Amino acid sequence: MRISATALRSFLDDRLALGGVRGALAHKTVPVHRYMPFYYFGGMALFFFAVQVITGILLMLYYRPAAGEAFESVEFIMTTVPFGWLVRSIHSWSANLMIFFAFAHLATVFFLKAYRPPRELTWITGCLVLFLGLAFGFSGYLLPWNQLAFFATKVGTDIAGAVPLIGGWLLRFLRGGDRVGGGTLSRFYGWHVAILPAVTVVLLALHLLQVQIHGMSVPPQTADEARQRRPMRFFPHFALRELFGWTLALGVLAALAALFPWELGEKADPFAPAFQNIRPEWYFMFMFETLKHVPGGEILGLEYEAIPILLFGLAGLVLLLVPFLDRGVVRTGRSPAFTAAGFAALVYIVGATAWGYRSLAPVYAVLATGAVVAILSLGTRRAGGEGQP
Amino acid sequence: MAEESPSIGRRRFLSWFLGTTGGAFLVSVLYPILRYVSPPRIPEASTSEVEVGPVNDPELVEKGFKIVHFGADPVIVVKLSDTDLRAFSASCTHLDCIVEFRKTKQLIWCNCHNGVYDLTGRNIAGPPPKPLTPYRVHLVAKGPGQPASVVVGKG
Repeated sequence: MRISATALRSFLDDRLALGGVRGALAHKTVPVHRYMPFYYFGGMALFFFAVQVITGILLMLYYRPAAGEAFESVEFIMTTVPFGWLVRSIHSWSANLMIFFAFAHLATVFFLKAYRPPRELTWITGCLVLFLGLAFGFSGYLLPWNQLAFFATKVGTDIAGAVPLIGGWLLRFLRGGDRVGGGTLSRFYGWHVAILPAVTVVLLALHLLQVQIHGMSVPPQTADEARQRRPMRFFPHFALRELFGWTLALGVLAALAALFPWELGEKADPFAPAFQNIRPEWYFMFMFETLKHVPGGEILGLEYEAIPILLFGLAGLVLLLVPFLDRGVVRTGRSPAFTAAGFAALVYIVGATAWGYRSLAPVYAVLATGAVVAILSLGTRRAGGEGQP
Repeated sequence: MAEESPSIGRRRFLSWFLGTTGGAFLVSVLYPILRYVSPPRIPEASTSEVEVGPVNDPELVEKGFKIVHFGADPVIVVKLSDTDLRAFSASCTHLDCIVEFRKTKQLIWCNCHNGVYDLTGRNIAGPPPKPLTPYRVHLVAKGPGQPASVVVGKG
């Protein structure tokens, strides 16, 4: 029996009510204004998440979550399995790029005030997905069972132990016992491959659904511009641009994985001292650096180290509730206090991170030179463009 | 209550009943789960003494220290001279990393957050809030011509 495409389509349309979805997609538009490029950040993070799902599933075929086998199984993936080095390196690189774009997405949404009503829940689900992304990073970091991972997990779980009242329980809950060991590895694996993905997929679906319901937010300062310019149709114009970005991203991923395969390091040894220059993933660097500079001591039964930990927790909560705290933005479209606070936080995070990586000073010099050249060339082009009739 | 119609009273009673049943059901499901996710406490055989090895152990001589298993706890043994050996808990009191001895500086150092202890285990710089717990060290003669053996015991 031959089935024609049209027949199949009408068969599915009748049963899945796809007509509505297709109609909505056909009419979906994206506002056009000078901040439009920032609309691509979220989609970029989404792309890297998809890469994580696929490479993660592939890694599960060889990985063994036990203290005596985990390191060896990752070594096996890196050295013996055909293209194993590629899959694992892409997984690691993509994880970092995903977090980077999630942060960039958060920052642009924050500064362009896209959390204004009715998008409060879009913001909250987005923040929660970012927090889950960090939890993915933290739990995944331990899985190769190397020295770096071992100490990062010791420190990270000990930090959770500083939470008042429930700290002790939380520490044992995270570690699966009193110490970081095989029990911790089993738990982290369970979260990393089952619990976190399940929760993330649900929240991400809600987040994307909200975006479809409300459309893209137009920043208040570009409202006039967006009104004057004709919106771009999502299909095919915006989607094709996004696809172009994703193709580029895949190329970058493959290049990074091939040129800089992810290191494995030494197998975790619970009885070896922490080595020099030990550091966590770059996105935890600012917290790590802060903890380094807090002296030891106790005030009212609270250890000094607990204070920054609690403050970071509080900052996370404030971030989550921004749409409800920033009331002024609803009336005027402006909230300079929040912009200033966000800028201060950004300066602190970038500053503390750069300070943590101060041993990379030569790299900074190269990047700074590149940035100056880029800014100058952009400036020249704009001046040239304005000069033309 | 007398003014209310009996049906409202019945409805409220049934709602309360349903709510309590639902609550009890939820608790009966959540309680075992909560207990399940809290890892059981496993009793550990208590260690009172551990033999580290001969006093001229190459690691002790070369690096000046050695991390030993004291039950499940790491203990650092620092050798200052053939007769002056000291031992402390090797878990940094800040965030639980394992410390090392820096021969050049004659200090005990934690690389995770630059915590510094002196050779009595006192926290003297950086984030650590408390001193390292000291352990007892003694040398046991092994007979003529043999190097003495280092033994570490609980404070």
